[in-house]
Amino acid sequence: MMKKEFLQGNEACVKGALAAGCRFFAGYPITPASEIAHGMAYELPRLGGVFIQMEDEMASLGAVIGASLTGAKAMTATSGPGFSLMQEHIGFASIAEVPCVVINVMRGGPSTGVPTHPSQGDVMQARWGAHGDHPIIVLAPSSVTECFQLTIQAFNLSEKYRTPVIVLTDEMVAHTREKVLLPAPEEIELVERPKPTEPPDWFVPYRDPGTGVPPMPSFGDGYRYHVTGLVHDERGYPTTRADEVEPFIRRLFQKISQDFDKLQWGESYYTDDSTLNVIAFGWVARAALSAVKQARARGMKVGLLKLLVLFPFMRRKVTQLMESSSTILVPEMNMGQISREVKRVNEGRCRVETLNKVAHEAMTPGEILGKIEEIYG
Amino acid sequence: MAEKGHIIYDYLRPTKRFPSVWCPGCGDGIFLGALLRALDKSGYTKDQIVLVSGIGCSGRMTTYVDFNTLHTTHGRALTFATGIKLAKPELKVIAIMGDGDAVAIGGNHFIHAARRNIEITAIVINNSVYGMTGGQLSPATPLEMKTATSPYGNLENPFDICKLAEAAGAVFVARSAVYHVLLMEKLIGKAINKRGFAVLEIISQCPVHYGRRAGLSSPVEMMKWQRDNTIRVEKAEGLSEEELRGKIRIGVLVDKEAPTYQERLESLRESLKEQVGAL
Repeated sequence: MMKKEFLQGNEACVKGALAAGCRFFAGYPITPASEIAHGMAYELPRLGGVFIQMEDEMASLGAVIGASLTGAKAMTATSGPGFSLMQEHIGFASIAEVPCVVINVMRGGPSTGVPTHPSQGDVMQARWGAHGDHPIIVLAPSSVTECFQLTIQAFNLSEKYRTPVIVLTDEMVAHTREKVLLPAPEEIELVERPKPTEPPDWFVPYRDPGTGVPPMPSFGDGYRYHVTGLVHDERGYPTTRADEVEPFIRRLFQKISQDFDKLQWGESYYTDDSTLNVIAFGWVARAALSAVKQARARGMKVGLLKLLVLFPFMRRKVTQLMESSSTILVPEMNMGQISREVKRVNEGRCRVETLNKVAHEAMTPGEILGKIEEIYG
Repeated sequence: MAEKGHIIYDYLRPTKRFPSVWCPGCGDGIFLGALLRALDKSGYTKDQIVLVSGIGCSGRMTTYVDFNTLHTTHGRALTFATGIKLAKPELKVIAIMGDGDAVAIGGNHFIHAARRNIEITAIVINNSVYGMTGGQLSPATPLEMKTATSPYGNLENPFDICKLAEAAGAVFVARSAVYHVLLMEKLIGKAINKRGFAVLEIISQCPVHYGRRAGLSSPVEMMKWQRDNTIRVEKAEGLSEEELRGKIRIGVLVDKEAPTYQERLESLRESLKEQVGAL
């Protein structure tokens, strides 16, 4: 039974997190992400969970990782300046394989930038912000409903792959209030991290069971093991041996890349007969859909692919669309970040045009329509 | 309690190959011995204990011991420890940090964990220097001391880590030197059993990266320095400022009772439960 509610994106993230089983939130105040902390501060103590406001964003994600190591589903939320500070522990969660969710409500940057106007300037930071080679999953909702759904999926993916998952929203998505239909708890499919089945004496904490994702016991469950940000061997102990370091880093990538095909989450609109196709995410995907509809009303063969997963980049779905396109248009509220990925996978299939807006104001359907008309001639 | 001499076999990880990363003469091993003896006497099982460390020489301690162990990032051990303690309060959480780790890069976390009174045992092994990176000055390096990054002498005033902890709200503050190995063990035991944020500073020696430049390259000489420059708090009482000049107080400096964060959170949850129930 679906329940109808009137929510903003940040509130839907709170509801999604709670529905996913999140019972620990640590955060630091920052707009335009504040409402997520407000919601968690209100709800979690009532549910027997923990909300704590930490002294900064490094501390917030540190506490989240600590909680996750005890078995809790844990999350934090922030915006650009705080997201920069969290990179240290995103890297830690990645190498130590600790499930956690970070919501970054993007605002105009760099630095303090234009608080708190919308932007999509953190795409590449979400991908590569932590130092060193590491895999990451980045989801990008474009509506309040998707904020709810993708926050749940962020927890599911983080548990499944034992990896940090970033939910990249923007100020427009976060503060837009609209009708959402929330499913009943029993209709929501939840994923839990793999647990060891062997007794503690037989347990080797980082041995690949074949899935690429080693089972993860909780602290206090009798499986005493070592967790570290150093590259480690199967037992969790630090290693500098090339024959252990290389397979370890490769496994971190492999555990996610082996499932690339399962992470092609996008929605296509009017792409059956279109030759000019727009690829967009977040708020801009909504403006793009409106622009595409207006263009089609004027007889132009235009389509849209909305990306819900930004990383790992949805190469298969994007290149399929390129096969039937003469031109791909990538509108973004940044100087061209996801368009770099589009160009990277293009390999000469079609022309790639960009439309960039860094006024830190929402991109409008009219602006995208103007560009479509220009390309269409 | 393990039989004397068997503590090594009961608490060190048989699967981890030694030697340790610590240089000969380092205080970390002496501290670790005292920690294991104190934990053995504490009555906590190995499954109940979480040992959290930061980055630096002391940070490697977690690798060797058979508890739930977590080697975190530089300065942030207390943030991870906070998450562990609040999410699973039945665990006994002990954080081991160095001086640079705890009060330079982690200074903010240190004061806020103390202010919140999270039930964590925070142990700062203070060797007055960044050892692992090659002997740079730390916030605990005495004024005018020569280090790798103060070749003409340190221009900065050092922190008094215990006073910092007390001012920030720690309910238990104590200090020992590694020279006073029995006192150290006793204070570890007291700190572990304290309900609330307990800070224990351990004055330690780094003969390789600190003593060498300071003109004290022998570990024995450095430990004699600890003996000659410390005074028990009990003995210090009644002595004049003149008599105490240059003496570092060791023993229990603060021991008071205050509600912990966890206790306040639990009573909040209870009151919310009643409210929700009344609806």
